[in-house]
Amino acid sequence: MKKNNVKAWLYLLPAIAFLGIFMVYPLIDVVIYSLEEGYNSASQSFFGVGLYNFSYVLHDPYFLQALKNTLILVVITVPVSTGLALLISLGLNSIKPLKNLYQTVYFLPYVTNTLAVGLVFMILFKKTAYSEGLVNLLINFFGGKSVDFIDGPYSAKMLVMCLYTVWIVMPFKILILTGSLASVNQDYYNAAKIDGTSRWRTFWRITLPMISPMLFYLIITGFIGAFKAYSDAVALFGTDLNASGMNTIVGYVYDMLYGNSGGYPSYASAAALLLFAIVFTITCINLRTRKRFQF
Amino acid sequence: MKIVLEHLTKRYPNRNRKIKTEVIAASDLNLEIPDGQLIGLLGPSGCGKSTTLNLISGLEPPTEGKLYFGDRDVTDLPPEKRGVGLVFQNYALYPHLTALQNIMFPLQNLKGENRPSKKEMEERAVEAAKLVQIDHLLERRPKEMSGGQQQRVAIARALVKRPGVLLLDEPLSNLDARLRLQTREEIRRIQRETGITTVFVTHDQEEAMSISDSIVVMKDGEIHQIGKPQEVYDEPVNLFVAKFLGTPPINVFHGKVQSETLYIGKENVLSVPGAPDGAVSVGIRPEGFIPDADGAFCCGLDRVEIMGRDTSVVFNHPELEGEQGRAIASAEASASLAGESVRFTLKPSKTYIFNADGARIRFGK
Repeated sequence: MKKNNVKAWLYLLPAIAFLGIFMVYPLIDVVIYSLEEGYNSASQSFFGVGLYNFSYVLHDPYFLQALKNTLILVVITVPVSTGLALLISLGLNSIKPLKNLYQTVYFLPYVTNTLAVGLVFMILFKKTAYSEGLVNLLINFFGGKSVDFIDGPYSAKMLVMCLYTVWIVMPFKILILTGSLASVNQDYYNAAKIDGTSRWRTFWRITLPMISPMLFYLIITGFIGAFKAYSDAVALFGTDLNASGMNTIVGYVYDMLYGNSGGYPSYASAAALLLFAIVFTITCINLRTRKRFQF
Repeated sequence: MKIVLEHLTKRYPNRNRKIKTEVIAASDLNLEIPDGQLIGLLGPSGCGKSTTLNLISGLEPPTEGKLYFGDRDVTDLPPEKRGVGLVFQNYALYPHLTALQNIMFPLQNLKGENRPSKKEMEERAVEAAKLVQIDHLLERRPKEMSGGQQQRVAIARALVKRPGVLLLDEPLSNLDARLRLQTREEIRRIQRETGITTVFVTHDQEEAMSISDSIVVMKDGEIHQIGKPQEVYDEPVNLFVAKFLGTPPINVFHGKVQSETLYIGKENVLSVPGAPDGAVSVGIRPEGFIPDADGAFCCGLDRVEIMGRDTSVVFNHPELEGEQGRAIASAEASASLAGESVRFTLKPSKTYIFNADGARIRFGK
């Protein structure tokens, strides 16, 4: 028995070593960094230990802007993308001809590069010296005034950012939801049909509860994904996100490490831990609500 | 409510589009089910019995033919307007709802004047639950109930709308052997108490024979025989029905008829007045063999299995279909059996002869 134990640990060693070096150690390091005040990466020295880094980050207007942007992004894109994905999956599930074609089309954004998609959005929305951008042309056509979506007002920029995020996260959700819709046993629908259940009621009382585990999975991963948004903002607004006021929390962390104002691993660590705290809290709330819907 | 099937036919296009012929799931079904009866649709899997049930419920429209409930033509009515209750093979209980909510579900679908008040719904649901004796489990979810209990909830849900017709699709197939015996009695009791015309589908002939008023034996989408269980067992119209009914199964031999005498191998085993000459299949029920030292029919004796009340004699014969045959005899008659062979006298009423197409050839007494 004891010998077996040694063997078991031996077998686990590669995984443990890998996880330890590349996950556990860095995580602990992040916590240590966040507590070291006035850390200087060049001389590897610091003044003292305390919560100053957190206080600094929480009072930094750039961080607050990033936090606000991220929260807006989360609150808008998660429900909208999940809802739209559900509608599209329901549609996909109820058509027969060309179903596979549509499924492929809807899945395409998933395999497309974020930056390439960003470029397409630029062409759609950006106003340049040569062109107004496709969307502005449309707005003009309907008698509206041009809006600068990329360098203009905050709400316009936020709108583009949300549209972009929704567009990019939807394919995966559609894929998962069409799968889970198709896996609902047809007998439930037949039973509902025999009992004369209206379509609306069938959806609310049967379909939705049946796919709710998958829906919760998508909402939780959606929240986490949206909180970690960064590359999308870069794709649309360039690398100087603070200047355009479109930074995200992860963007702030990156800037603190490597950006123009870089070289502050302590602030970056503190911001990262704050993000972790937020995501952790929301995931816990999500899991708790999920339990009530489980059967 | 009386159910009448008139030339009811269901055809599907072949799934392989290159094959132009259609798959016939139910072919020209004619059947009249009298009011208040319990009918068993019986057949091997793929014989079209579930399709027939779906045609009656309205989940599938027929390709041709008419369907009447009482005097009402329901052929083109959608399922919810037919007033049927259907119990699915896997019960199809909604897993997120409690037993009570499941039973109330059909009532909550009702609209307008038909919609009972909330209190009335609950009363009716509890009443249905009492009928199937699960009124103490109403707050449980399907997962927290055994297969038999789930089955009862499903029946209660089917009955709560007081339908004119109750349809059960393989109602006992998901239960263990003990529960199956119990539940089939239960189904019989519920059917008697409510007096509702009931059709149930099964591939288990024992199940069908034990509780049905009439059984309908189907194969390849066609009805082969309709009748009271005992009648169908005693007077099968063809070889398929004879083989399908009965445990242990009927013993089938290759034989021939020559001048009104039945031969199996070289032995003259039975006189069959009125039967034409030719090769035949001979079906003999296990209880049709009487061990008899002077019997006309000689078989190789494999072993004698004692089961208390009677014994089962396992024998072999070169003309037998399959390797071994089985005869059931009283314990006294088979007490002295020993050695390499056994002789039987055949009961004419338990011996059936069929022509090459499997149709029964009747012979006079």
